[in-house]
Amino acid sequence: MSAAANVLVNASAPSNETGYRTFTLGSFKISRDEYFVHVTWPAKGQQMKHIMSADAFLRAMMRDVAWGFFYGWVNFDGMVGTRNKYGQVEFYAGRYAPAYHERGLDLVETFDTPLIMATFKAILEDFTNKGFDPFAAPDETGSSWVGKKNGSNSEAIDRQRQACKRMPGLPGDAELRTDSNGYPVNRAFADVVQDAPEIHAEKGFENDVHAMNLFAYLSRSDVTWNPSVTSVCGRSLCCPTTEEYILPIKHGNDRVEWFVQLSDEIEWEVEDKLTGLPRAKAIMKAGDVAAMPANIRHQGFSKKRSMLLVWENATPELPDMYESGKLQPYPVNF
Amino acid sequence: MSEFQTVFGSLNDYTKGELKIINDDPKHYVFSNIFDVASKSKPYEKVVVAINLEYVIEAVRAEGVSDWFAVAHDEFAIIMDGEVRIDLVKLDNPNAVVAPDKQGAVKVKGEPVGKKMGHIVCKRGHQALLPAGAAYRFTATKTGVMMMQTVIGDLSVQKWADICYK
Repeated sequence: MSAAANVLVNASAPSNETGYRTFTLGSFKISRDEYFVHVTWPAKGQQMKHIMSADAFLRAMMRDVAWGFFYGWVNFDGMVGTRNKYGQVEFYAGRYAPAYHERGLDLVETFDTPLIMATFKAILEDFTNKGFDPFAAPDETGSSWVGKKNGSNSEAIDRQRQACKRMPGLPGDAELRTDSNGYPVNRAFADVVQDAPEIHAEKGFENDVHAMNLFAYLSRSDVTWNPSVTSVCGRSLCCPTTEEYILPIKHGNDRVEWFVQLSDEIEWEVEDKLTGLPRAKAIMKAGDVAAMPANIRHQGFSKKRSMLLVWENATPELPDMYESGKLQPYPVNF
Repeated sequence: MSEFQTVFGSLNDYTKGELKIINDDPKHYVFSNIFDVASKSKPYEKVVVAINLEYVIEAVRAEGVSDWFAVAHDEFAIIMDGEVRIDLVKLDNPNAVVAPDKQGAVKVKGEPVGKKMGHIVCKRGHQALLPAGAAYRFTATKTGVMMMQTVIGDLSVQKWADICYK
């Protein structure tokens, strides 16, 4: 066992064969080998087993950790994932795969957030090899995730999500991104204009008259599929992000979420939240706006790094309002 | 030259995406396009393109000079196309112009009374803060499109059936 922030993470000694530890979270065991992560759980007197490519697993778990378990469901794939209960988190296997759930072969267990967060961080630390960045596009980080245990990449997995209090660049708020503070323009956005707005503030209003180049800010993002917060209006949060390749998780909504495509194109596959059955495809181009209803899960595919503004409502009562039927799962009747 | 070409939209060059329904109602996705909406809007009409409880995103066609507006809470404008000058005035008596609990923007009658805070000139991709307690006015030096993050108010226009796939 290892202690992280006064929480005990249950981990084995490193395997003599691969160098990786096996982690225990409640009744679940999570291990990896050269290529794969294995999740096992007991059901109906047998040991069930799920297998995922280790790179896909690490990319998914990285988002879950970075987002603090996010809003609602973070499906690593169609079998395993988490549901945020805000203070506690469910970890499940097979719950939203009807063939498993209907036969009682699934398992859902609930953990206090500090325990599951510490466990996930320890897994990321152990399963991520030197040179592999779970936040990066495959073209940027290569295949160093393959093989036996080979070092680590704490710098990549310990990044903090950048969230402003009001707007980046204001005094005391999040910094703007520049070359000098470690945010060069990403290769896929080398053509994005880096000019700054002209700000002419009268004396005494230098801290109140404020603007930034949002597209330049986004062009300097060093991560994919990891929203930052760039403006706050009450509980309305603009959370733009840059997307390349595949959203590593299928996000199951516990509230309506909105997308504004700022540049390029993303194709979204939308499935029923509980069963995974297909419901729609949305191909979003620059300027498009679409809602993701509260009863679906979705996964995006972006062939060229693109800019997406995810618009969230952080009102804490929202999940209960949808769960109780007080709000319909889609935002507008027309 | 970069091997990548980033595609932004504009009033004169945009392509609305596609919604392919397998087993759902297309209206549930409330799918519109900001440039498409602005191409059919009156100057500075605040057309709601996204809503979540009282919070909204509005698409605004920036053309010519706007009225003066004021808000009791922060708003943010992202310039999606064109070039817009934003003039800001710190209101001497903001509560007389817009009640502290009033949501969304209101039009200021006549010229705002207060100290000039300054002005900002924004181009595509720029985001400006429209601070609570200030009055602001837009002047589009080139006709364009803005995306506003705000709260639904008396000036917000909802016309979903006209702008969304159905």
